[in-house]
Amino acid sequence: MGTLSRDEVEHVAHLARLGLSDEELTRLVGQLNHILDQYAILARLDTDAIPPTAQTIELENILREDVARPSLSQAEALANAPERDGSYVVVPAILGGD
Amino acid sequence: MTNTGLTRLTAAAMSDRLRAGDLSSRELVEAHLALAARENPALNAWLVLDGAGARGAADDADARLAVARNEGAAALASLHPLCGVPVGLKDLVSVRGGQCTAGSRILAGYVSPYDAHITERLRDAGAVILGKLNMDEFAMGSSTEHSAYGPTANPWDLGRVPGGSSGGSAASVAAGHVPLSIGTDTGGSIRQPAALTGIVGLKPTYGRVSRYGIVAFASSLDQIGPFARDARDAAMLLHAIAGRDERDSTSAPLPVPDDLLHLPATDDEAAGHLRGLRLGLPREYFVAGMEPGVEARVREAVAALAAAGAEIVDVSLPHTDYGLATYYIVAPAEASANLARYDGIRFGHAVRDGDVLANYLATRGSGFGAEVKRRIMLGTYALSAGYYDAYYLKAQKVRTLIKADFDAAFGAGIDALVAPTSPSVAWPFGAKLDDPVAMYLSDACTLPVNMAGLPGISIPAGLSDGLPVGLQLIGPAWSELALVRLARAYEAITADAPWRGLEPTGLAALRAPAGIVP
Repeated sequence: MGTLSRDEVEHVAHLARLGLSDEELTRLVGQLNHILDQYAILARLDTDAIPPTAQTIELENILREDVARPSLSQAEALANAPERDGSYVVVPAILGGD
Repeated sequence: MTNTGLTRLTAAAMSDRLRAGDLSSRELVEAHLALAARENPALNAWLVLDGAGARGAADDADARLAVARNEGAAALASLHPLCGVPVGLKDLVSVRGGQCTAGSRILAGYVSPYDAHITERLRDAGAVILGKLNMDEFAMGSSTEHSAYGPTANPWDLGRVPGGSSGGSAASVAAGHVPLSIGTDTGGSIRQPAALTGIVGLKPTYGRVSRYGIVAFASSLDQIGPFARDARDAAMLLHAIAGRDERDSTSAPLPVPDDLLHLPATDDEAAGHLRGLRLGLPREYFVAGMEPGVEARVREAVAALAAAGAEIVDVSLPHTDYGLATYYIVAPAEASANLARYDGIRFGHAVRDGDVLANYLATRGSGFGAEVKRRIMLGTYALSAGYYDAYYLKAQKVRTLIKADFDAAFGAGIDALVAPTSPSVAWPFGAKLDDPVAMYLSDACTLPVNMAGLPGISIPAGLSDGLPVGLQLIGPAWSELALVRLARAYEAITADAPWRGLEPTGLAALRAPAGIVP
């Protein structure tokens, strides 16, 4: 089903927001291709007429009353944030300039 | 009274003695905490032992039991049988105010702000949470060697893996550190470690147990279930955690049978369940590469079931061979989406390295281990533009075929399927660590069951070269009660087998020199 080049592995790592070392990239090129080889077996099956299965239980349209209920306090919701400023989570600037 | 033997009791026996008042939850908890603390340096099953929390919960349970005893039989009967019984939790179950690492560096220091649904249910039942148990990082692995907090050892041989990903949950129960524990099973992570450590592990039907408050791996496959040393105890723990929870829209609005609490206590009654039962033997599960000792134990178990009155029918599940590839597309794809939340901004491990992209790369690159990175890469690739149809959509279609195989077997009147749980016994540390495909193959017999959303249970079926072999029983959706009855029946007809009641050999060596009687 095709071979992943080192450039493609780097591109996927970028999409996944994973910072990988040169050594990790080298190892992953080999390992991912070995795993992708296992996928080739699926090409033997003609699935054109087969519907996909995303979940196995026949539950649909699960609804409940829209009622207010207690939730985490602001302090609890913020307690695990690596950087806080008062009642805000600090995030790096995503737009240019100061 | 001494603590000798308390850690070998079944949960059912503990429950009886707690209600009778000749044993306190506090005594039980002290005995289990002491054994766990003494042996954890050798096993590394526990990431946290919460002595203070467990003692407090035990005292609360003792108070509830005392009040109920004073009020009489009806009050005692209204308590859940787990009241006062110690349990361990895989470290991906949220317990308010406690750690929840999921075996990952990226969740080091994270403190759960709320209880998982099953944590609430266990507290309501009066069960005593002893601590949190080791696991492969984000439940990705089959050996518990992928934990950021070091591997867990197998109580039968301290140089071997306990299986995974719920290796800590399995090892702690096998060792007698706790009679019951909770694991999760996405592709075999309850059943396979249960098999490799010689205990019972039950993966319920997808939707039977709410996943609210459980760290997600692959959301269409993940399911929570019990570990125990026998079928009755596993059924009891399932009863406590199962049922509808509106915070998990995939949890099923179906009643949980109270008969889970009333499995036959006598072997004669239990074995009677086998008469007239039709059990299917799926030929594709006896795969090339299965260890001869494993196949021999499974075939002996099937012969014993037949001799006791069950009808054995050869069946075919023709798409079994496609299970591995299908699973290793669907599960990583779902994982890559679920694990996008670990961004170093709102919670968890964070590295500041410049702009927002640099922060993501550094946080995730240093926070995730090798196996998790591999799965995120696979999943991202399978979902990426140009490959979605070839991989993810194709896998979902094959998933339909795998499920249809099971539907056909059960539709033809098969009550349950009987198969090996794992093609091998526990292997030495490191043996499969550098070969991901070899590691993945160890779940070939369990992961089709997750693809189809079905319940499965692994029960001990003897030893091969001194190491435990698991027998897997697979049923139609929502058939947990029938599965545990079948498991109980197998226990009954093998009650006199020489391997029943053997202590894990790795710990025997650890205990003997010090003269420790657990």
